[in-house]
Amino acid sequence: MIALLLRDLRLAVRAGGGFGLGLAFFLIVVVLVPFGVGPDTAVLSRIAPGNLWVASLLAALLSLDRIFALDYEDGSLALLATSPLPLEGAAMMKALAHWITTGLPLTLAAPALGFLLSLAPEAYAYLLLSLLIGTPALSMIGTFGAALTVGLRRGGLLLSLLVLPLYVPTLIFGAEAVRRGADGLDPSGALMLMGGITAGCFALLPFATSAVLRVNLR
Amino acid sequence: MWEYANPKRFMGWTRPVLPWTFGLAGLCLAVGLIWGFFFTPDDFRQGSTVKIIYLHVPAALMAINAWIMMLVASLIWVVRRHHVTALAARAAAPVGVVFTLIALFTGGIWGQPMWGTYWAWDPRLTSFLILFLFYLGYIALWEAIEDPDTAADLTSVLCMVGSVFAILSRYAVLFWNQGLHQGASLSLDKEENVADVFWFPLLVCIVGFVLLFIALVLMRTRTEIRARRIRALEARARRA
Amino acid sequence: MLTVTDLTCERGGLPVLTGVSFDVAAGQALILRGPNGIGKTTLLRTLAGLQPAVAGHVTYPEDESAYASHADGIKTALSVTENLRFWADVYGADLPRDILETFDLADLAERLGGTLSAGQKRRLGLARLGVIGRKVLFLDEPTVSLDGFSVKLFAKWLQDTHLARGGVAVIATHIDLGLAAPELDLTPFKSDVDAGGGTDEAFL
Repeated sequence: MIALLLRDLRLAVRAGGGFGLGLAFFLIVVVLVPFGVGPDTAVLSRIAPGNLWVASLLAALLSLDRIFALDYEDGSLALLATSPLPLEGAAMMKALAHWITTGLPLTLAAPALGFLLSLAPEAYAYLLLSLLIGTPALSMIGTFGAALTVGLRRGGLLLSLLVLPLYVPTLIFGAEAVRRGADGLDPSGALMLMGGITAGCFALLPFATSAVLRVNLR
Repeated sequence: MWEYANPKRFMGWTRPVLPWTFGLAGLCLAVGLIWGFFFTPDDFRQGSTVKIIYLHVPAALMAINAWIMMLVASLIWVVRRHHVTALAARAAAPVGVVFTLIALFTGGIWGQPMWGTYWAWDPRLTSFLILFLFYLGYIALWEAIEDPDTAADLTSVLCMVGSVFAILSRYAVLFWNQGLHQGASLSLDKEENVADVFWFPLLVCIVGFVLLFIALVLMRTRTEIRARRIRALEARARRA
Repeated sequence: MLTVTDLTCERGGLPVLTGVSFDVAAGQALILRGPNGIGKTTLLRTLAGLQPAVAGHVTYPEDESAYASHADGIKTALSVTENLRFWADVYGADLPRDILETFDLADLAERLGGTLSAGQKRRLGLARLGVIGRKVLFLDEPTVSLDGFSVKLFAKWLQDTHLARGGVAVIATHIDLGLAAPELDLTPFKSDVDAGGGTDEAFL
């Protein structure tokens, strides 16, 4: 399983833009919002947690359709499915590779962008923590969505339609934790609930993902 | 019991049942709505606006029940692979969407005089909006996949996973905003929430909506079975 | 070692092959013949477990099968050696030392998959079979885009290494590999138009 993770990471690095594109997209979305909302620092600071969370969610969405599409086209997915590697494990490794190439860089870059949006100083720790806990769930849910649409020629748009509603709970708890942090309230409840969602996603979605992959390979 | 789920048997027994279901649904809705709209007193606080309850509550109820029915049908398809259940789930989704939209619109119309706004990010309204998105994704996935069995398998898994996330969203939304809605507006054993004069016509309307849902789903399932049969016959003709 | 009894396989909801039965003993290969569209790929995919059989049984030792399709599963951004090492890791095997020579890939060892020609890619795809060390191989048109020399190379590996070690191979191909292997023509197994089975049956 580690071999698959390493291969995917290596491919992401070599294909170029594996790390960079998602980050650049994240930056652009975050920067576009002030243009839409206006330069009032008080307003921007208030909406900063939601803005950062929605932007990272969209950035994570951007690279989802590549999780399985290339492996499906060149036939390695069918070969993986007939290999001794459990497909559930492969699904989890795929999600992990996606998180390392998108979720983790987003998490690390978010505080810098929080500065642009004059996020309240108390909230930075919670921004980092909530993204760290929440983005793995985004990757795992997205991997499931990518598996659903892998056989489709124009699956990209459909993938967003399927995955975005599934992102709602994570988004709500994540942004809420940062907002509570910014308001000086205790965000631990939201963080714990989000951690529960992430743990649940990694416990159950690999099975759904592998079932769906097998159907699509039929 | 499962033999009634064989496509041919299903077509057989639904043909006589369908007109009766439609007729009964129409009767219940006519009686319930006329009774509710014209023969109940105005509420002392809300005036006549309260009467939209006769559309709003049954539609909202059926919007959720349609999804639950799709979930059950999906489970049966995954376990027993009865084609009719998969097609019934597919048939129920657009009906569920329409009920969800009715609930959202009537909610807005009711909300304007009650809360002074057509739309608020109230947990229950928001939950229905999320449910609407789930319906859209489910229908889009059905439409996107050509092979009917693949589509049935994938949409079943999506329905199951989606149900879990829909419930999670419901609680997440409650966490997010405490809301304007009154508590349970009705439940079968707590009638004190709604006075008897409103309760009985409402019950008739709910029965009408349930029957309407069943009739529409049966009709749409019959269409799906016919379409699938055409597909199978064409595939066989190509082989011959 | 591989026993197939009364197998029915379907494609697109209708049975295409009915009543396929054969035995392949250890050290033997079986060549599948038949016109395009008869269901060779469908049969191989069913044997490999990628799609369920409508009826019948397939038995072979567990965890000993491997499938090679039209597509080679080569990563264009990985080198030839990296591609092979990945599959060796997945199967928990060591990279055999002479594998690159066997498939005439030694000169290409550090080339990226994307820069290979179609025939070279195919050789790399076949070399994967030499790496993973599985005994029961299901090969779908393994010689497509190979030149005469490479076909001989592959046939030699199959005969001298794989089959000689007691392996088994079921091969769908239109050319003569030069193997002393029995052939199975699938034409007689073609499903009747009215044959039962298949997921569409309930609607007919």
